[in-house]
Amino acid sequence: MALNLDTTLAAMADPTRRAILARLARGEATVNELAAPFPISQPAISRHVKILEQAGLILRRVDGARRPCRLAPGALDELDPFLAMLRKGMERSYERLDQLLARTHPRGRKDPA
Amino acid sequence: MSKLTLEIIGDTGVVITRRFAAPPAAVFQAHTDPALVQQWCLGPDGWTMPVCICDARPGGAIRYEWSDGGAGGFYLTGEFIEVEAPHRLVHVERMHLPPPGPNPTPDNRIETTFVADGAGTLLTMRMQLPDAVTRDAMLATGMEHGMEASYVRLEERWSS
Repeated sequence: MALNLDTTLAAMADPTRRAILARLARGEATVNELAAPFPISQPAISRHVKILEQAGLILRRVDGARRPCRLAPGALDELDPFLAMLRKGMERSYERLDQLLARTHPRGRKDPA
Repeated sequence: MSKLTLEIIGDTGVVITRRFAAPPAAVFQAHTDPALVQQWCLGPDGWTMPVCICDARPGGAIRYEWSDGGAGGFYLTGEFIEVEAPHRLVHVERMHLPPPGPNPTPDNRIETTFVADGAGTLLTMRMQLPDAVTRDAMLATGMEHGMEASYVRLEERWSS
């Protein structure tokens, strides 16, 4: 699995690119169609599309003269395995806190109300 | 001891719960006394927190710096908004990560409650991020201090 989280996150760290991803989540679109709602030029949108493409978040196919974009299947799923791993790091912290509390508050002892 | 739960709420929220076998005052203290925070809030084994500022009063500063003893390191800054010992904290925090990610990360607003649960405590952290993509990105980059070290470790392993 070619995982490049830095590239993914850098690509998503821009509001225009997030909006493009949100638009593509609704279905395929050309760069012209993607550019329509934005007050910025089509070449600027093309640059954003290129960054998303290089990050593996979107795919483009050739359809005659059109090159429509779509979301890469599972592109954002690569975040999921991290969730499981990150939980482990957090749980390790809390296990340490359990041990700390066990020393200061042995089972059965209650704080004065 | 029941384990961590992590639930994604709507587009921009995350709720984390955890039970502890000590009363709310003790768990609250462990989250607000820097000498205690330094002992447990470390993520995976091998990390330390050489700097811990945790000024638990409204407007008080938060700064946690983590180190793996080598080149790995990052820090978190934040401010307390509401402090109601021993049952509730509200603060904002942001991560300062090595490039090329967003740096610092957008503010994460976190309400932490400590509720008596038998002889123990139910800890609940309700996090609110600015938008859905930021939320997902922050889950991945480690919005919570303990999580972050995992990410750095994992990234090193997977990038080699």
